[in-house]
Amino acid sequence: MLRLESASLGFGRRTLWDGLDLSVRPGEFLAVLGPNGSGKTSLLKTILGQQRLDSGRVLLDGGPVHRGDRRIGYIPQQKLVPAGTPMRGRDLVALGVNGHRFGFPVTRKGERERVDELLDSVGATGYADRPVGSLSGGEQQRLRVGQALADDPVLLLCDEPLLSLDLAHQRGVSDLIDRRRREHDTAVLFVTHDVNPVLDKVDRILYLAGGRFREGTPDEVLRSEVLTDLYGSPVDVFRSRGRIVVVGIPDAETHDHHDHHADEHPEAHG
Amino acid sequence: MIDLDTYVQLLGLVQNSIIAGAVLGLVGGLVGVFVMQRDMAFAVHGISELSFAGAAAALLLGANVVAGSLIGSLVAAILIGVLGARARDRNSIIGVLMPAGLGLGILFLALYPGRSANKFSLLTGQIIAVDSPQLAWLIGISIVVLVCLLVIWRPLTFDSLDPEVAAARGVPTRFVALAFMVLLGLIVAVSVQIIGALLVMALLVTPAAAALRVSSSPVLVPVLASVFGFVSAVGGILLAIAGSLPISPYITTISFLIYVVCRLVGGRTRSRRRLAAAV
Ligand SMILES: Nc1ncnc2c1ncn2[C@@H]1O[C@H](COP(=O)(O)OP(=O)(O)OP(=O)(O)O)[C@@H](O)[C@H]1O
Ligand SMILES: [Mg+2]
Repeated sequence: MLRLESASLGFGRRTLWDGLDLSVRPGEFLAVLGPNGSGKTSLLKTILGQQRLDSGRVLLDGGPVHRGDRRIGYIPQQKLVPAGTPMRGRDLVALGVNGHRFGFPVTRKGERERVDELLDSVGATGYADRPVGSLSGGEQQRLRVGQALADDPVLLLCDEPLLSLDLAHQRGVSDLIDRRRREHDTAVLFVTHDVNPVLDKVDRILYLAGGRFREGTPDEVLRSEVLTDLYGSPVDVFRSRGRIVVVGIPDAETHDHHDHHADEHPEAHG
Repeated sequence: MIDLDTYVQLLGLVQNSIIAGAVLGLVGGLVGVFVMQRDMAFAVHGISELSFAGAAAALLLGANVVAGSLIGSLVAAILIGVLGARARDRNSIIGVLMPAGLGLGILFLALYPGRSANKFSLLTGQIIAVDSPQLAWLIGISIVVLVCLLVIWRPLTFDSLDPEVAAARGVPTRFVALAFMVLLGLIVAVSVQIIGALLVMALLVTPAAAALRVSSSPVLVPVLASVFGFVSAVGGILLAIAGSLPISPYITTISFLIYVVCRLVGGRTRSRRRLAAAV
């Protein structure tokens, strides 16, 4: 369904990934892992048609991707809605339904029903009428999932959707996305720093690091040899009680443009 | 003070100014809602200085002042829209454009040989000095801005909240952002004629800022903002014609007082809500 063919992207002299071949089947859950700055967000931008490849191509259902393709749902790397934004929970979801339409801003009956349906499906009905800016990060994230599902997307791109959520909300949001792909056969690309909250759901992993990548099932990719090879220095992967802990990711690989320190929280890396 | 009969007679004379003020107040309030959400108060100020420069140039050349003001405004708005897609770029571009525009405007005025009262009306506003055909233009432009704003309302709201997701959902974000800048340029040019380049924000920022203090409803905020703009503009004109003072201070004072009241009211309801949540 989604295919990348020998895709390459770099900025300046730095290569993010080169010769990336990837195909994603309907209903598949693909986790994209890698340190800060490894090109995870850029990969999603490419699939959204917002970022041009240096070479190669991206196909969705056989045709090249383009900007504003409504078959793709997108949940961006988390941004909180500023307090005081004149918008309620349901308005955020409604933007997914009719936010692209020009014309006098009246919401039709069918659209209102669709919004109610979406709110219900992400369990956000209870706070649908509260100002978005006053909702918690987890509540806003559920609304964003609802917004992304507006047109029954065949592909859902999620950029760190669990960032800064507590465990209960992490579970809630990832279950929501998982249920979606099971019930509607939506393919999911799930970018995350920490694979553990979704480990039981992941079909395959794409691991980006140091201008290279590795792709396969969690058992194939999350192994000491594989990551050691990818990073070019010794990395250990431990499993304990169903969790995965990665130790020894080199400093140079973490381009900390967020306040995230891979080395101090080793388990935060898949 | 003047008696009622004289006042009514004066009202008849400035009827068109009142209509222009009313329309500008309404539309300015609506535009202001997006100015606030897109964090563009500084851009409004920058555009108005270039609008002033354009008007001053027109005055010097003996051309139509409204046309000069429109050209200045649109050039500034489009430059800011094209070069300043990101907030930081935008602020530096405005910071550079603004003094350049203001300086040019002052130069043109200094070269202009006509009456000095006319000169300063561009900076501090004097709607009474605008003649009827020009008023008709101002009203017409405001109505065009109103209609276009309503047409792009939803995509513009989406783009203001989150341009990346909006683009992913099929909003032509570059077009929408540029269209908003053009509308902003148009309404700034109208405001410059009515309250003057230095005070444009009293109609394009303050009413919306006040509305946002008391509500976060997507319907109530625009409605309140345009009511506040309307009250400030029309109230200011009605008060001013009774006396000999210019209009602008009345408009800015009313709009400021509305803001202060909204802040007080908003603060009260907010702390009450917090109390209710704590219980
Ligand atoms: N438009 C651009 N121009 C220049 N460099 C860019 C651009 N977009 C991204 N980059 C660079 O590409 C690299 C990868 O960025 P990207 O946002 O894809 O990383 P990421 O894997 O999502 O990181 P994070 O985990 O921090 O979100 C970064 O070093 C970034 O600075
Ligand atoms: Mg990222």
